[in-house]
Amino acid sequence: MSQYKIHMLVCAGTGCQSSQSGLIYEMLQDELERKGLRDDVQVIKTGCFGFCEKGPIVKILPDNTFYTQVKPEDVREIVDEHIIKGRSVHRLLYLDPETEEHVLDSKHMGFYKKQLRIALRNCGTIDPENIDESIARDAYQALGMALTELSPQETIDIIKRSGLRGRGGAGFPTGIKWEIASKNDAGQKYVVCNADEGDPGAFMDRSILEGDPHSILEAMAICGYCIGATKGLIYIRAEYPLAIKRLKIAINQAREYGLLGEHILGTDFSFDINLRYGAGAFVCGEETSLIHSMEGKRGEPTNKPPFPAQKGYLGKPTNVNNVETFANIPVILLKGAEWFSSIGTEKSKGTKVFALAGKINNVGLIEVPMGITLREIIYEIGGGIKGGKKFKAVQTGGPSGGCLTEKHLDTPIDYESLTAAGSMMGSGGMIVLDEDDCMVSVAKFYLDFIVEESCGKCAPCRIGNKRLYETLERICDGKGTEEDLEKLYNLSNVIKDTSLCGLGQTSPNPVLSTLNNFYDEYKEHVFDKKCRSGKCKNLLYYVIDDENCVGCMACVRSCPVNAITGAKKQTHYIHQDKCIKCGACMQKCQFDAISLKSDYRVSVES
Amino acid sequence: MAEIKTLADLKRKQEEVKTQIDLRDKAENPGSQVQVKVAMATCGIASGAKNVMDFFVRELPKRGIGAVVTQTGCMGYCFAEPTVEITIPGKDPIVFGYVDPRKADEIIEFYIKQGELVDGIIPQNYNTINQD
Repeated sequence: MSQYKIHMLVCAGTGCQSSQSGLIYEMLQDELERKGLRDDVQVIKTGCFGFCEKGPIVKILPDNTFYTQVKPEDVREIVDEHIIKGRSVHRLLYLDPETEEHVLDSKHMGFYKKQLRIALRNCGTIDPENIDESIARDAYQALGMALTELSPQETIDIIKRSGLRGRGGAGFPTGIKWEIASKNDAGQKYVVCNADEGDPGAFMDRSILEGDPHSILEAMAICGYCIGATKGLIYIRAEYPLAIKRLKIAINQAREYGLLGEHILGTDFSFDINLRYGAGAFVCGEETSLIHSMEGKRGEPTNKPPFPAQKGYLGKPTNVNNVETFANIPVILLKGAEWFSSIGTEKSKGTKVFALAGKINNVGLIEVPMGITLREIIYEIGGGIKGGKKFKAVQTGGPSGGCLTEKHLDTPIDYESLTAAGSMMGSGGMIVLDEDDCMVSVAKFYLDFIVEESCGKCAPCRIGNKRLYETLERICDGKGTEEDLEKLYNLSNVIKDTSLCGLGQTSPNPVLSTLNNFYDEYKEHVFDKKCRSGKCKNLLYYVIDDENCVGCMACVRSCPVNAITGAKKQTHYIHQDKCIKCGACMQKCQFDAISLKSDYRVSVES
Repeated sequence: MAEIKTLADLKRKQEEVKTQIDLRDKAENPGSQVQVKVAMATCGIASGAKNVMDFFVRELPKRGIGAVVTQTGCMGYCFAEPTVEITIPGKDPIVFGYVDPRKADEIIEFYIKQGELVDGIIPQNYNTINQD
C-alpha cells in the first residue's frame, strides 16, 4: 500500500460546498495527477471544520497549514508552492484580526484554542463517506465493548454516571431516559434520532451528520442494545440533502461490514436503521409531533403522559434523542463516565456545540466545555463583534430562548444558568446582536417564525402568538400604546401557562426576555416614537436641513402624497403626518439636504 | 468487503486501516513526535532529496517510530544537499547534511533511536525573525 506523505483535507460541509469546495477538490486531484504527485498526496473530503466564516477551508497535514477562502483558481498555486516547493501560500492563510498577522497553523488560531471537541471529534478530520477512516478513529469499538463486556443495565449506568443530558435543549438526563425505556416491556421498541433541526441559524446536528455519520449509527445501536430495541429510525428534514446522502452511504457501508443487521459482531444482538424524512415543520422537533409525523400522521403534539418511552412510535416504547446527544455516547463508553463528568460544571457535564451567527467575526460551529463564559465565546473564539461595533445581546436557544445581555457576559454557561438568565440552552443556536439591532424587531422576527410554525392545534399558541405579533408590529410602526406593553406581558404569560406543547410554552420567551432586559427600548418605541437603532422604518423621519436646502422644488414635485411644502428659493418642509416614508425626496435632492433621523419627534416635542 | 463478524475482527480491521489516517492523528499533536524535515527545493531535489524522503516515510513506521515527515523549502545549505532537519521532542533541532538513504539509515538507528549524534551535522548559523 502506498504511503501518502501529505494529506490535504478539503471541507465538504454544506457551507463550504456552496462556495465551490467540490470543484476545488476535483481540481486538486487533477493538478496532482498532472504533476505526478498522486501517490504522494492524498486529498480527502471531510466534514465541517467549523470555521464557516472563511470557507472554503483547505487544511494541509502534517504541518497543519490552514488555508481559508480558497478559490478554484488558487489550486495550482497551492500545489506548486506548498506541495512542490514546501512554501506556504501566505495570502491564503488566516489573518488574525487582532495582531493582523498571518497564522501559519490551526493550532495557533484563537478560534480553536478554547475549543474542546467531543461530539465534533471527527468532523474535519475524516472522510465521512469512508467507513474505514471512521473505524480507524475508534468507530464501533464502543458498541463492540458494550455487546461483549457489558450488560444493558451496566451500559445505562455508565451513561447515568457520566451526567450526560439531552442536547436538544431541555436537558433531560440521557441515562434516566434510557432506563425508563428499558424497563417498559414490549415486543418491539424503537430508537429514534431527532435530526429535525429547525432553529433559525442553527446547524450543529447537520454538521455532525455530514461529518461523522457513523458515530450516530453506533450510538443508536448502543441505545438499542440498552433498551432492547432492534429498530432505529432517524427523523431528518428533507432540506438536508447532503446529510441524508452521507447517512445513506454510512448505513449501507455499516450493513456491508455487518455492523448493522443481524447478529452484530457475532452476538445475539440485531439492529438496523432506516431514515424518515420530515417536511421541515418546526413543531416536528417536539418528540410527540415527531412520532406522529413518522407514523404518517399530521405533525401535531399530544399531551404527555403517556411519554414516548411508554407509548411512542406505533404505540410501542420509543426512545428519542437528539443527534448531538448520540454523538457523545461512544466516547463516554470508551473513555469512561468519570472522564466525561470531569468536564463541565456541577450539573451540566461535558461540552456543547454552538452555531455562532450574527454580528460576529468568526461565524461558525464551535464546541466548548460547559461552564465557559459568553465573553470567552464571543471575544476569544468568535473574534469579537463585526466592524468593532458594540456588543448588545446574544440570542440563545432559538425561538424558544431569549436574549442575554452585557451583564450576563461573565456567567458560566450551563443549562441552569441560562434558564436563570431568562434564556435557555436550546439546541445551540447563538445569534450575536450589536448596537445596530433593534430588540423589538428581534422579538418580532422570532414571533413571526413562531406564527408561521405553530401547528394550530391549541388556541393559546395559534391565536395568542398571532396577537402578540400584531402588538409588536404596532409598536414597531409607532402606533403602540402603554396598554400594549402591559398586554405583551399578560398575553405572554398566558401563552406560556396554557399551551399544549413545548413550542407554545416557550414561544413568548423572546418577547419576555427582551421586555425584561430592554424595557427602555420598548418605552422609546411607544412613548417617544423612536427606534434608536434605526431598524424600524416607520420610526424614522425624513427631515430637511434648512442650511443645505436651496429651495429648488425638486422634492416638492417628487413627493407622491404632497407632504412637502415650500416655495421657490425658500426652505422646504416635510409634514410628518402626511409622509409615507417612500424616500423619493431623498433620492431627488441634489444638495444632501434631506436626511433620515430617528429622534426627530422627540426634539420637536421637547 | 469482508464482513466483520467479531470484535476481534473489528480490532484487526482498525489496525489495518489505522495507517491510512495515522498522519492526521499525529498532526493533532506534532510536538510529541519526532519531526523530520527534508529540504525539498530545487537543489535538494537535484541531489536526491526525494529518495531520502521516501526512505524516511517508508522506514520510520516500519521500525516502529512515530514520526512526522514533512518537506520544507531550501534551508540555505545548498552545498550540503540533501539536508534533513530532525527534531526530537524536547531537544533542539539538528540539521544533517549530505543525507542519502544510507546516511538516513544511520540517523534513524543512532540519532533517533538512541540519541547519539552522527557525523554530518551542520551547525545552525542564523536566527530567524519568528523564532518562538
